[in-house]
Amino acid sequence: MRRRKEPLGADAVRRDAWKGRDVISILDFSRSELESLFAAADEFVGPPRPRKDLADYIVATAFFEPSTRTRLSFTTAALRLGAKVIDLSPDVSSLLKGESLHDTTMMLEGYSDLIVMRHPSEGAALLAAELSSVPVVNGGDGSQHHPSQAMLDLFTVRRLKGKIDGLTYTVLGDNRYARSATSFLYGLTKFRPKMVYVVSPESLRPRDEITKQLKGLGLRYELRPELEQVIGNTDVLYLTRIQKERFPDLNEYEKVKGSYKLTKDVLARGKGGMIVLHPLPRSTELPYDVDSAKSAAYMTQAHLGVPLRMALLLKVLGGGGA
Amino acid sequence: MRVSTVARGDGQHPNDDQTTMLVRKIPDGSVIDHIAAGKALSVLRLLGNPQENGFTIAMVMNVSSSKMKRKDIVKVEGMEISQEQVQRLALIAPRASVNIVRSYRVVAKRNAVPPRTLRGILSCTAPTCVSVREKDSAPSIFFLSGRSPLRYRCKYCGRELTEKEISSQLG
Repeated sequence: MRRRKEPLGADAVRRDAWKGRDVISILDFSRSELESLFAAADEFVGPPRPRKDLADYIVATAFFEPSTRTRLSFTTAALRLGAKVIDLSPDVSSLLKGESLHDTTMMLEGYSDLIVMRHPSEGAALLAAELSSVPVVNGGDGSQHHPSQAMLDLFTVRRLKGKIDGLTYTVLGDNRYARSATSFLYGLTKFRPKMVYVVSPESLRPRDEITKQLKGLGLRYELRPELEQVIGNTDVLYLTRIQKERFPDLNEYEKVKGSYKLTKDVLARGKGGMIVLHPLPRSTELPYDVDSAKSAAYMTQAHLGVPLRMALLLKVLGGGGA
Repeated sequence: MRVSTVARGDGQHPNDDQTTMLVRKIPDGSVIDHIAAGKALSVLRLLGNPQENGFTIAMVMNVSSSKMKRKDIVKVEGMEISQEQVQRLALIAPRASVNIVRSYRVVAKRNAVPPRTLRGILSCTAPTCVSVREKDSAPSIFFLSGRSPLRYRCKYCGRELTEKEISSQLG
């Protein structure tokens, strides 16, 4: 079997060792590795120029759950670097015949040089990475990880605020099931935020394994029930929708539906220079009239997904002097 | 039934007269002490029900204990419990100690130490974990995340199993 992934020893962890790595969780990456990714992504911001860095590579996208931004920005990133893209469509593939994740992964690794995968099961990308000889990039696994989103979110903060350290962050919304929120919190553990407020209704507070992880990693955070208590101190407001599709019991969803909303009035009480991020798609928590606010940065955030993912693909595949 | 109270060679606590009165010494085999009260039958199940393979079993349940207030003890005559079995025993009796007896003398003491990694033994309780949804191709893997109380963390989804959940899965 081909083995294009390099075993990750202690030496590899110490240096900037992106080439051939799986990207399963942002926790697997050091601060210096993230900073080198951001520096590489800076080069791709702005009007695109045709590149051929990955002309010899094929990227497979396998999205077992709906996606707009992650799938399209990875596809765009690959195409902008000259790679070819093949796409597994669950609704027209053998998945409909009950093909397992195991066999699907074994096919994809034979047909491509890198797999970008989204799956509703927690741990799916990790399992695929264990099976695959080509790198696997986790495009979201259940309610657990979404590493490239967290990298993008931190990259956006760095570009718009000039730094990641020393800022006060408020993570508002579904902190129980939203993998973007969890991954963002995990990403912040790699930096030195001044304070992190985690705001959500009680039933949407982070799961025990998440808070345990955050505590273990030394993140300074507080759980708060109301945005109003903290918005005046917040530099970065990270908002997520309630993940209706992940509730085991829809009655529980009905109880919290519409329980928080970012209005222009609330926003007006925010700290000067605050930015609002949202991984999108949005629901009722982010009305469209907020889009015109100076602090609304989520469209910029979504657009930065292409340069960030260009840098990510280039680093993992190692083309073009990454 | 009259039971032997002669010598205390099989490693039970010397003050445990009540226990010694209840169960005779065994010439060869294993004595599993410090099992949480009520778990003796689960221990036997975990050992593959040795009584069904002809081994003689002696069991004492709910006796007083200086360390545990109440405990169970199991003696399996003629069967020496392996280190691997002792490790597995730690999953339902994390404070258990095992004495291996030959010719009425304790020749080895083994403490139940929970294994760092468990493969295919426990099941994840998260219904959306890949080890549950794809269980035919993804055997469960758990890492030890706490000894007292005992906890194991699923490799794939990070969900932790509590001592009670572990015990109920294996008991």
